[in-house]
Amino acid sequence: MLLRHHQAMIARLLRRVIAGIVTIAFVYTLTFLMVVSIPGNPFQTGARNMPPQAEQALRARYHMDNNWVYFGEFLLGAVRGDFGPTFTYNEWTCNQIIASALPVSVLMGSLAILVAIMVGVPLGVFSAIRRGGGIDATITAGVLLGLSLPTFVTGSALLTIFAVLLKVAPIGGWGTLAHLPLPVLTLSLPFTAYITRLTRIGMLDVLGSGFIRTALAKGLHPRTVVWKHALKPALLPVLSYLGPATAQAMTGSFVVEKVFGVPGIGQHFVNAALNRDPGLILSTVLVFATILVTLNLVIDVMYAWIDPRISSAV
Amino acid sequence: MRAGFRIRLRHGAIAGVFVLAGLVVTSVATLPLSRHWYNVQVLDDAVRHPPSLQPIVPFEKYDAAAREIKSAARLAHRASSWLGHDDLGRSLFYRILPGFLISLAMGLSAAVISVGIGVTWGAAAALIGGRVDFLMMRLVDVLYGLPYILMVILLKVGLTRPLTVLFGGYTRWADLVILLLAIGGVSWLTMARVIRGQVLSLRSQPFVEAARACGAGPIHIFRRHLLPNLIGPITVYATLVVPQAVLQESFLSFLGIGVQAPTPSLGRLAADGVQAVNTFVGYWWLLVFPCAVIVLTLLALNFVGDAFRDRFDPASKGAMLVT
Repeated sequence: MLLRHHQAMIARLLRRVIAGIVTIAFVYTLTFLMVVSIPGNPFQTGARNMPPQAEQALRARYHMDNNWVYFGEFLLGAVRGDFGPTFTYNEWTCNQIIASALPVSVLMGSLAILVAIMVGVPLGVFSAIRRGGGIDATITAGVLLGLSLPTFVTGSALLTIFAVLLKVAPIGGWGTLAHLPLPVLTLSLPFTAYITRLTRIGMLDVLGSGFIRTALAKGLHPRTVVWKHALKPALLPVLSYLGPATAQAMTGSFVVEKVFGVPGIGQHFVNAALNRDPGLILSTVLVFATILVTLNLVIDVMYAWIDPRISSAV
Repeated sequence: MRAGFRIRLRHGAIAGVFVLAGLVVTSVATLPLSRHWYNVQVLDDAVRHPPSLQPIVPFEKYDAAAREIKSAARLAHRASSWLGHDDLGRSLFYRILPGFLISLAMGLSAAVISVGIGVTWGAAAALIGGRVDFLMMRLVDVLYGLPYILMVILLKVGLTRPLTVLFGGYTRWADLVILLLAIGGVSWLTMARVIRGQVLSLRSQPFVEAARACGAGPIHIFRRHLLPNLIGPITVYATLVVPQAVLQESFLSFLGIGVQAPTPSLGRLAADGVQAVNTFVGYWWLLVFPCAVIVLTLLALNFVGDAFRDRFDPASKGAMLVT
């Protein structure tokens, strides 16, 4: 019986993995279509244009003169783990760029999400159990403020206060532990606000349900009921938000990177798109899509683990 | 939810409406002047004048295009130095007000676009059903899988040439339209998902079945029976798209790919302020005032949106706005 259950789980998991791969393939195709259909390319960036013959030769060398060939070759290369050359940065390949920038962004993004969970969930729970009171109103107003502050505002404010006025943090850059707190804090703020809101809504929903009333009627301590019984189901909305949020925090932190001078991958998304550098666009998109799909898969598995009734959805 | 909290939230929403109305009225009222003054550079011995209650730049420097409303202009001139002057000697006051209008217009248009595409897409997918529904929603999934900043930039780049041709010489308007199309073009995905879910759940309800049994066609059912029930969620999501779009515009402007100089927008001004403060601390007003207006605007919009959600969607679950 148990064995059959496990087999069914594995089959569902496999199906999800395949669906994820199909999604990545579609993302790749769509991005490729956009890249080739949008005018302009890295060889014509305004000021110093390449002679047409040289451009032709360069395109021919990397098989970019034939879209079909380029589509297939890039895909084959990507599957083998080779993203080919970039035209945005001389002397660099896409692999080198991703290898140097992705760890930075993943570290910063995961720390930010961790902070957001550790701050947001307790705040949301307190807000929900003190519903209607002053604490709740304060937290809700704080959430709205957190959602309303652009990261470049919080980033510059933190930078001005801690680095310029108090001189307790470096003014920017990357490499030591002292460089971490300010950008991580800045990046985590909107996620904290959102997780607080989701936790509060989820908690209110669960606290109104029958099994909580039963638990309370049995004479269990309210604290036990909230943190042991109610928290797990209340966190389901948070959990489903975590997939996209983590992917976003890991890759979409370009504003924070710019404010604090962090050498992350966000700037490469922007530069690649601005220069219309096909290799770099395609590789950064593939990295993003892979991270997103993987995280969503992990989240789905955790979902089924927290709430076995949903396992059929995995 | 206890009554006290609801009232407090509603107080926030009312305050938000007042803040927005105040800003809109002030910026519209000063528009005849600010549309000339936002770009008047006064390059004397010093340019970044700090805020002062007395006008620093003499009136004669400003009056070039506002002779016919001279008395009003005299009055308005008094405000020109309240928020200081930027690094090109331009009055920050008369840059922030039109900048606010531009940002707000962006947000509203993005919301309209996202409602237009999102509702059509979601409702069509749900009503047609079957394989078409599957394909349409997979496309939404795939678009979710693309990094949004990349989509905005590519859309902007792709739209630039055709729209500049379309607008003839008015490149600045083309620029704004491109930006809001790009922001609107990526913000409809959540709307499409929500509307599809709503239509699916509405469609199986008895009153729709009854209408169908009476021989009503799908278009009639959508217009007369589904659409009125969709107004609530549509309003809720549209009000939440507005602050998001304002925020995104400010991000794009901050990255230098949003509104182009010298056109002001809140994000553009804040970005200039960040540059000024990062290179030389002391020009605080260039950062503080634009940021204050951004935060005030977004806070007001979010409070109003929250109140709408409370009103239309009291049973809202965690699925809200998970993008």
